[in-house]
Amino acid sequence: MTKKAALSASDVHLFYGQKEALKGITLDCYENEITALIGPSGCGKSTFLRTLNRMNDLIPGVTITGNVKVNEQNIYAPNTDTVELRKKVGMVFQQPNPFPFSIYENVVFGLRLAGIKDRAVLDQAVEKSLKAAAVWDDVKDKLNESALALSGGQQQRVCIARVLAVKPDIILMDEPTSALDPVSSAKIENMMMELKQDYTIVTVTHNMQQASRISDRTAFFLNGELIEVDKTKNIFLDPKNQQTEDYISGKFG
Amino acid sequence: MDNIKAKLTVKSKSSKREMNGKIISMFCTTIIVVLVISLIGFIASKGIAIFVVDKVNIFDFLTHSVWSADKTDSQGRPLLGALPMIVGSFGVTFLATIIATPFAVAAAIFMTEISPKLGNKVLQPVIELLVGIPSVVYGFIGVSVVVPLVRKMFGGSGFGILAGTFVLFVMILPTITSMSIDALKAVPRHYREAALAVGATRWQTISRVVLKAGAPGLFTAVVFGMARAFGEALAVQMVIGNAMLLPQNLISPASTLTSVLTMNMGNTVMGTTSNNALWSLALLLLLMSLLFNSLVKFIAKKGTL
Repeated sequence: MTKKAALSASDVHLFYGQKEALKGITLDCYENEITALIGPSGCGKSTFLRTLNRMNDLIPGVTITGNVKVNEQNIYAPNTDTVELRKKVGMVFQQPNPFPFSIYENVVFGLRLAGIKDRAVLDQAVEKSLKAAAVWDDVKDKLNESALALSGGQQQRVCIARVLAVKPDIILMDEPTSALDPVSSAKIENMMMELKQDYTIVTVTHNMQQASRISDRTAFFLNGELIEVDKTKNIFLDPKNQQTEDYISGKFG
Repeated sequence: MDNIKAKLTVKSKSSKREMNGKIISMFCTTIIVVLVISLIGFIASKGIAIFVVDKVNIFDFLTHSVWSADKTDSQGRPLLGALPMIVGSFGVTFLATIIATPFAVAAAIFMTEISPKLGNKVLQPVIELLVGIPSVVYGFIGVSVVVPLVRKMFGGSGFGILAGTFVLFVMILPTITSMSIDALKAVPRHYREAALAVGATRWQTISRVVLKAGAPGLFTAVVFGMARAFGEALAVQMVIGNAMLLPQNLISPASTLTSVLTMNMGNTVMGTTSNNALWSLALLLLLMSLLFNSLVKFIAKKGTL
């Protein structure tokens, strides 16, 4: 069975000023799979993730060449509407970053942007998104309280619910559990496994055990290059590349 | 052994120096605190004399509109109603703040969100320049440009609350702007990223996240602007007309608490009724600035949740 690529990057180069941070990345991420990007600090995995919804556009002095196709559409084509793109390709960040509003207002933020005012629609979206993000039971009685009063793990799941509420096709996660304790991390990992039924997920992680637990495919980055990408099982049990093997066996990192 | 013991029990040079430093900074701090307390005490003791010695009713003082220390009412108390000055002070303060705030916040948004480069190069120096201009210069410009302009456009003498508002607007603009810039800069970058990541446009990010998250800081900026406007004396005095009458409209000559003080403080003899009356205005000004300060503290506390 050949799966369809939801996301397809080809020959992506990225420069911070003169410095080349990504040296020609070609990578497909398939529908309803979790693709994990691993590699040592500074290898370009987060930078690559941020090219997938054009978050790097915000950083001055960045130049990007190559193309990234989302549903067959090159998102670096000149007429791309980045606002529409980011609705389709949502992003969860390393640090939980809820707005200093109530939990409810956090989740409906994206819907309010779209001009949805119908209370019933919003209520329904809040319940559905929070349930999908596995945080409904924790917060259902305090939806009008500040999201900042929640624990880090709960905040992160509210942030995921905020992304889910705008119904993206693809969710990018930039080390979503690295700021969290093991229990919260496990909850988010379980949730990601659930979410992949409906979404395509690309996650950056520095935790190789996490990559091996949750991902279907793993891509190993080193110094701005994509060294190897394969089914997760193959990467961890039978890596083709010596550098991959050295990294996953802990010889460097 | 003895050598070590001796070394440990004798104070070293650097620990003596540390002690000296502590004493000096404690001394300076104490002087400042004593100075502030005695200042407040002095103004308070002088300011309440008019109510204690001359038996002026506080309620009358705040609500009556005849200010004439040498005239007395039926009970022999001097006629001292500060309402015209109170109305004048609050009038120019609120009007100037209402006009200045949108400009200041817009400039702050431009500088932090839209074009930090241009902002740092052009706007920042302009703001610093505006802060540095002495108030007498503002007043002079007010008298020679603003007052004739108001006279031409709205009639009357040109002196009045409207002219005072325009002058104060320019004077508090840099205060509110630079503090608003700080407030918006303090909004964490990740709020902006989070908003953009769920498909917000730049304007939606600014209006729905940055301004909301920065609101406590913006309020503080506005209150500081008001405090500055309320306390400004010279420039206002030059353009407001200095008539101790309840202002009938924005272009009739009026006066503020500060302008009455600067106009009259040289003309009264210490300890007389008219002198005491001025001190009571000074006390009122002091209380107002204390109020502004506590308002700022309150907002800051609420803003941090």
